[in-house]
Amino acid sequence: MHESVLVYRGFRFLKIAVLLGIVAIIAYAVDQPLGVPNGGTWLGYTLGTIGALLILWLMWFGMRKRRYYGGANKLQGWLSAHVYLGLALIVVATLHTGFQFGWNLHTLAYALMILVIVSGVFGIYAYARYPRLMTENRHGKTSEQLLRDIAELDEEARSAALTLGDEINAVVLEAANKTKIGGGLGRMLSGEDRNCPTARGLVRVEELAASASGKEATQIRRLAGILSRKNELLRQARRDVRFLALMQIWLYIHVPISFALLAALIAHVIAVFFYW
Amino acid sequence: MTEQYAVAIVGSGPGGMSAAGRAAANGVSHVLFEKSDHLSDTIYKYQKGKLVMATPDNLPLRSEYEFSLGIREDILGSWDKTTETLGVNVRYNSEVTGITGQKGDFTITLNSGDTVKAEHVIFAIGLQGNLRKLGVPGEDESGLVQYQLDDPDEYEAEDILVVGAGDAAIENAVALAKQNRVTIINRRDEFARAKEGNLALISTAIQRGDLNCIYSASPVKVENGALTLSTPDGEIDVKCDRVIARLGAVAPRKFVESCGIVFPSKDATALPEVSSTYESNVPGLYIIGALGGYPLIKQAMNQGYEAIEFIAGNMIKPADEPLLEENFKILQGMSVAEVLDMIRANVPIYSELNPLLLREMMLEASLHRPKDGEVVFARNDYTNSFFTVVEGEVLIEVDPSDPSVVVRLGQGEFFGEMGLISGRRRTATVKAGRNATLLEVPRRTMIKLVNSVESVKRVLDRTAIIRQVQTHMAPSVPTEDLIELVDTAEINSFKQGQALFEEGQAGDSVHLIRRGSVTVSRRIGGSDIVLSYVASGNYVGEMAFLSDAPRSATVRAAIDNTETIRMDGAAFKALLDKSPTLSAAMQARARGFAVQNERMAQSRDASGIIEFLVKQGAGEATDILLIDESLCVRCDNCEKACAETHGGINRLNREAGPTYAELHVPTSCRHCEHPHCMKDCPPDAIHRAQNGEVYIDDSCIGCGNCEMNCPYDVIRLSAAPPKKPGLLSWMLFGLGSGPGQDPKAKGKGAKQAVKCDMCKDIPGGASCVRACPTGAAIRVSPEEFMSIAALARQ
Repeated sequence: MHESVLVYRGFRFLKIAVLLGIVAIIAYAVDQPLGVPNGGTWLGYTLGTIGALLILWLMWFGMRKRRYYGGANKLQGWLSAHVYLGLALIVVATLHTGFQFGWNLHTLAYALMILVIVSGVFGIYAYARYPRLMTENRHGKTSEQLLRDIAELDEEARSAALTLGDEINAVVLEAANKTKIGGGLGRMLSGEDRNCPTARGLVRVEELAASASGKEATQIRRLAGILSRKNELLRQARRDVRFLALMQIWLYIHVPISFALLAALIAHVIAVFFYW
Repeated sequence: MTEQYAVAIVGSGPGGMSAAGRAAANGVSHVLFEKSDHLSDTIYKYQKGKLVMATPDNLPLRSEYEFSLGIREDILGSWDKTTETLGVNVRYNSEVTGITGQKGDFTITLNSGDTVKAEHVIFAIGLQGNLRKLGVPGEDESGLVQYQLDDPDEYEAEDILVVGAGDAAIENAVALAKQNRVTIINRRDEFARAKEGNLALISTAIQRGDLNCIYSASPVKVENGALTLSTPDGEIDVKCDRVIARLGAVAPRKFVESCGIVFPSKDATALPEVSSTYESNVPGLYIIGALGGYPLIKQAMNQGYEAIEFIAGNMIKPADEPLLEENFKILQGMSVAEVLDMIRANVPIYSELNPLLLREMMLEASLHRPKDGEVVFARNDYTNSFFTVVEGEVLIEVDPSDPSVVVRLGQGEFFGEMGLISGRRRTATVKAGRNATLLEVPRRTMIKLVNSVESVKRVLDRTAIIRQVQTHMAPSVPTEDLIELVDTAEINSFKQGQALFEEGQAGDSVHLIRRGSVTVSRRIGGSDIVLSYVASGNYVGEMAFLSDAPRSATVRAAIDNTETIRMDGAAFKALLDKSPTLSAAMQARARGFAVQNERMAQSRDASGIIEFLVKQGAGEATDILLIDESLCVRCDNCEKACAETHGGINRLNREAGPTYAELHVPTSCRHCEHPHCMKDCPPDAIHRAQNGEVYIDDSCIGCGNCEMNCPYDVIRLSAAPPKKPGLLSWMLFGLGSGPGQDPKAKGKGAKQAVKCDMCKDIPGGASCVRACPTGAAIRVSPEEFMSIAALARQ
C-alpha cells in the first residue's frame, strides 16, 4: 500500500516528462531555423517559455509543501511531478539554448539551473537510500532513547569508576563530559569523531586493565565493557546524525540556488526582451 | 377500634416521606410506617459525610421537602425538621407484614400485630431492605463479606476489596482508600452504571493510584482470607481483610407478591409494573421510588408528591413532562403518556421497561418521522445509535450490488444493533418506508440499558444473533432454516491471545466474530506462524466440517473483549447438508483460504507484519497511521501539517512508537471500534463521526479520563496556543515560529483533551497523509492492510 514517489500512480509523471522531452527533441530536430538554432527562434521562444514556466511551477513546490489545507491532492503527487518534470527541464532548457554557451548572464542562468537539478538528483538518491539505512541503524529505538541510553551508560561508568584510581576517574569524566555527537558539518557528514573522548578513554582503560590485577582488574574490565557499549551506541547515534544530515544537506544548495536561478532567470528574460 | 386513614404510606425514604409531607400539607389523613426508629433508613445508612447527589440535574424538584446536592447529615437534618413542621404522622418501629383488601378498604398488618385501615396504600419500600449478595461459596461462613458500610473511617490499614461498579461501590471504595489499601472489582470493562460525578471520582482515584481496579473480574469463592476472582487471564486469589460487596438490591419479591402485586417476568432484577400514575395492578395500591424502577432520590420525592395528587384525583403531569413534550414535538397532537404507551405497546424490546425507566430513556432518545424513502443511515456509515420502528416500516437494502433487494422491518422491530455490538461500519443501508416513526437511542444510553436491564439484553442478543448469522454467514438461507443452528448459539468472550480453538483439536463448533478480531496461525517448524487476520463480521472454524478433519489452524483473539457467536458443529453440519448452495459457497471460500494460507506460510515477512500489528492493538483499530520507514525522510511534515490544521497543536508523534522491519506505527489515534476514550466521559463529549472519526467536541471539561483510558497514549490535555502569523510573514519577515507546533508557545485558558480527528472537517482527509511528500505515511484500515493481497504487494 505504500508507494514511492518514483513509481507514483504507475509512473504517471515519468511518462509525462518523457513525452515532453521527446516532443521537444523531435521539434528541435524538425525545426529549420534561419541561422543556427538559438533561443531567439520561434521554437527557442516556445521552449524558453515552457522552461521558465516550469521553473516557476517547480519553485511553487516550496509554497505548496507548507500549505497544509492545500486541496485534495497529496503532496506526494506534487513531489513525483516535481522530480520528473524537473528532470525534463534539462532537455527543454538545453534545447532552448541551441547549445550556445558563453560567459554571459544567459549561461549563468543555465548553469544555476543545472546545479539545482544536480542537487535535486542527489536528493532523490538520498531519499531512496538513507531512510532504510537509518531504520536499520536505530534498531527500533528513537533518537531520544538512544541519547538516554548513552546518558545511562555514562552514569554506570562513573559509578563503576568510583573505586578505581584518579586517572581512570578523570578518563571516565572526560568521556562523559566532552563526548559530542554531531557538531560541525564535517563531523555530521562523516558520522564519526576521530578524536572521540570515549574511544580514547576506552583505549586508555584497556591499557590500564592490562597492568592491573585481582579485584581491580575485574572492575576495570567491567568499566571497559561499559565504555565499549557506549562506543557502539555513539557510533549508532553518529550514523543517525549522518543520515539525517545527508537527507537535508542538499536542500541547503537546492533551495538557495533555485532562488539565485530565479533572479538570473528574471535578468535573462529582461535582458532578452529589452536589450536584444 | 382500628385506625382509619385516607392514605397509608409504607416506607419513609425520600419517596414515602415526600408523599406523607404532601398529604400533611394538603390536610389528607395519612400515616407513614417506618420499620426503623428514624426516617429514610437507606440514606441514614449512607457513609458519614457522604455527598448526596441530586441527579438528574435537569429535573425540577417537586416536594414539600428540600433537596439539593449536599452532605448526608445536612439533608437528614432538614428533612427531620420539615417532617416536624408539617406535622407528618410517622409511626416508627413499625414494619408492615401484610396488606390485604382492595381500593377504599385496605387492611395493613404490622409486626406488632396491630392492624390499620386505609383507603389507599403507597408502597415506598425501596430495595435496600433486600440487598443482592455475591452468591458464591464461602460468603457467609468466612465472615469476610459485608454488604453495608456505615463509616469508612472505622477501618484503618486494611486490605479491602470493594465489589461492584455502581455509585455505592465507588463511593465506598474512594472513601476507604483514604486510610486503607483498596481494590475495586468491576465485573465489566467500564463503569457504565454510575453517576457522572462518581465516574470522575473513581477515574481520578484510579489514575492517581489511590486505589486499584480489576476490570472484567467476577468473584468465584471466598476462602482462607482471600477472594478468588475469575478474570480473562484465569483465576486469581486476592488476599484481603474485608470484602465489601455493593451489588445493588433486588425487590423483596415474596412480600410484594403476597400483597397481590404481579411481576412482569421471572428475571431476578425485574420490578413490578406501574401505570403512569404509579398505580400497580392492584387498584388503590401505588408503588413509587426504587421498587418502581426509580432509584434516584429526586425522582422518588417527585413521585411521592405526585402520588398524593393522583389519589386526590388531581391529574398533574410528571415533573419531566415539559422535557419530554419538547422531545416528542415531532408527533404533533399526541400527549407524552400516549407516546410512551405507544412505544411500550409497539416495541417489544422496551415493553418490559417500566414507564419510569422508559421516561428516563426517552429523555436521551429522539423520535424521527422520516419521509418515505429517506435514508436513515447508509451502509459503511460509522454512526452507532440504535433504532426501533415505533410505527410503519423501514426497508433494509441488504445487497450492496442490488438496491432493489430489500428486507422490510415492521412495527416493533429494531435495527442498528450490529454497529452497536461490533463498533464497525453499518452493514446495510436503511431507508424509511411510508409513515414511519422511528426511535433513535444514542450508543451510551443503549449500552447502559443493555447492561442494566436483562430483558433488553436478551431480546437484543437473540435477534442480533440471527441477523449476524444471516448477514455474515448464510445470506442465501431463509431465517426458518437457521433457527435450529441459532438455538445452539452462545456468546463467547475472549482476551487478547486467548484461543478460540487450537490446531489439531476435533472440530465441535463454528465461530462468527461479532466484536473484535482474530488471527489464524499454524505451527510450522516449531513456531507459530500467523497466516491471516480476520476481522469481525467473518466466521472461522467451518473448515473442520467441510473437510471432516481436525482443526487445521489455531485461532486466537487479536484484542481483548473479542466476542464470538459460537454455534454447535452438529447443527452447522446439518445446515450444510440442507443447503447445498451455502455448502458450495463455503467450500469455494475455504479453497481460497487454503491457497492463501499456503502462500502466507511461505512468507515469514508478511506473517511477522500481521503479528506485529496485532501486538500493537491494530486488532481493534478502524483506521491506523502506518509509516514505511524506507520511504520516510524524517522531515516531520506530517507533524507540522497536523499542528497547522489543528490550531497549532500537533496530535501525532511521528518518531515515537514501535517499528517492525520497516513498518512504523507512530503514536497516533487508531479510532478504535469500541473507543476506550469514550468510556467514562462525563460530559459525553467524545463522538464517532459518520466516517468513523472519533473526535472530542467543545463540551470537553478537561477531566483527563480519556487521556487515562487510552491505551495508546494518543490523547493530551492542552490549552489553546496563541495565534501564529501567516506563512508569508514567516517566510519573508521571519515572524512567528514557522510551520508546525510552536515549541515555545504557552497556551492560555482551560485545558481540553486533544486528539486526532482524522481531519474530518478538511477536504481531502488526514493532513498528515496529504502532507507526506514521499508517500511514507498512509492511513488504512488494518483489515485492508493485513489482507493477503496487500501484504503480498509489500
